[in-house]
Amino acid sequence: MLSREEILHIATLARIGVSEEDVEKYQHDLSEILDYFKKLDELDVAEVEPIGHITGMQNRFRSDAYEDFGSIGKEQILKNAPEVKEGYIKVKSVL
Amino acid sequence: MIRELHNKLINREITATQLARDYFDAIEKKDSEIGAYLTLTKKLAMEQAEFVDEKIAKGQEIGLLEGIPCAIKDNICIDGVRTTAASEILDNYIAPYDATVIRKLKEQGVVFLGKTNMDQFAMGSSTESSAYKKTKNPVDIERVPGGSSGGSAAAVAGEMAVWSLGTDTGGSIRQPASFCGTVGLKPTYGRVSRSGAIAMASSLDQIGPIANTVEDAAIVLSAIAGEDPLDATSAKSSDKKYEDYLTGDVAGKVIGVPKEYVESLEGEIKNVFEKSLEKFKALGATIETISLPHSEYALAIYYILMTSEVSSNLAKFDGIKFGMRFEDDVDSKTQENGLPKKLLETYLDTRKIGFGDEVKRRIMLGTYALSAGYYDAYYLKAQKVRALIRQDFEKAFEKVDFIFSPTTPEVAFKFGEKTQDPLKMYLSDIYTITANLAGVPAISFPIGAVETDGKNLSVGGQLMGKWFDEEGILNMAHTFEIN
Repeated sequence: MLSREEILHIATLARIGVSEEDVEKYQHDLSEILDYFKKLDELDVAEVEPIGHITGMQNRFRSDAYEDFGSIGKEQILKNAPEVKEGYIKVKSVL
Repeated sequence: MIRELHNKLINREITATQLARDYFDAIEKKDSEIGAYLTLTKKLAMEQAEFVDEKIAKGQEIGLLEGIPCAIKDNICIDGVRTTAASEILDNYIAPYDATVIRKLKEQGVVFLGKTNMDQFAMGSSTESSAYKKTKNPVDIERVPGGSSGGSAAAVAGEMAVWSLGTDTGGSIRQPASFCGTVGLKPTYGRVSRSGAIAMASSLDQIGPIANTVEDAAIVLSAIAGEDPLDATSAKSSDKKYEDYLTGDVAGKVIGVPKEYVESLEGEIKNVFEKSLEKFKALGATIETISLPHSEYALAIYYILMTSEVSSNLAKFDGIKFGMRFEDDVDSKTQENGLPKKLLETYLDTRKIGFGDEVKRRIMLGTYALSAGYYDAYYLKAQKVRALIRQDFEKAFEKVDFIFSPTTPEVAFKFGEKTQDPLKMYLSDIYTITANLAGVPAISFPIGAVETDGKNLSVGGQLMGKWFDEEGILNMAHTFEIN
């Protein structure tokens, strides 16, 4: 079973706030699913190449050019931000 | 059904505006009970319909999908339309652009009726994880429509849309199509661009149609398929008109039935499935038992890959750039080196309140699997086992043309039956996830029904085909359907 500390550590990495109740629930749920994953230990895959793209597509390149859209779409994009100031998305104070 | 309506339009037996109005009337009458839609796009629909009517009035030619009303799953962006992925965190999100599939459909004059309910961020198999409402199965309203594209399947089954789009990461088009008695197609990975679909697990996600008939699904696929510079994983266009491949002839085709899928089948579903094999034989196909030996590992690696990719894809919902911000003023007592406290608190609160339980469970699991020291044991190992699963398919397809099984091990279940036990819910995807893992195309179509509680609950059959052989599985399913 995952420890309380492990759950808190994962929650912080995942940026998800958790209550005491949540911690217990995650300890139970995650441990159960992780136990199920143990099934994979039966397989020896040391010599197997992992999948990158399932139909085998290789890197695709495009020219490193940009297009200037001016203000097209700017208003529509900013409308979705929780906090906007002078045409910019406002971030919480970082100092 | 699309071709029939198209003929009515060009023979001026009905106008596109009348057709759209009829569907909005049907939605008004039925959807308070079924709950298929989250947002209706009436203004957009009527504008599109009027445009089509003008073309017809001028004697201009119209395409097959032109003026035909459809529904779009609420994780696919339509410019200027609310797009929530059935989550609270995107409750007020108005998409600022069209998904590539939407752009293509607009160019072809499709009429959009609205956005459909789904499991939150497409995570679930019953549409019960929607932050907004339950969608009922039109076949039996005591039962779930399946998921995650439950609203899209219910809209079509409830005659509230001619066809719809869904997304499929582990069965999310095929399982609800099966539960609601409709046709659902997951194309080959790369066949359809995902640009503008809210990503869940990028190495598995595909967009595809849900429809009344196989031909309808083929027509929609022709409209949405193709390479897209905005989705670097999309494959070269085939420019196929899939509806032209429906010959109704399957003589000589070899169908493989994986013993791992069917040996545990029981009761009525087993009978329905065996009858469908007899029907394929009568149509001239040969049935062979095959083995996909790594199937028993599919669910485990699916849940490693999917949750890992989920944890990464959903990192962008942070309460800063778009969507909702939630703040609860309670100190989380959490510290993170180099991250300002206020910013961290905003992230923690927003994601705690803005995401539903299943979404958070998957993000947590994926974050664990990708965290320092575990990558090799989980994600990398899963991608290796995935290679073995692909090998199973490659070997099988040396001997057979198609792989056939029921779409799900059981018919539509009742509300609340599986919500308490995540693993049990996950098991309803057992037959569908391998197509996503192997990247092959797969279609679910009705093969019969099981009578339960006085209702005829639909049973879906699933045909998987070789990579990019959508026309093959479509023709097989079509031939079954018309005979």
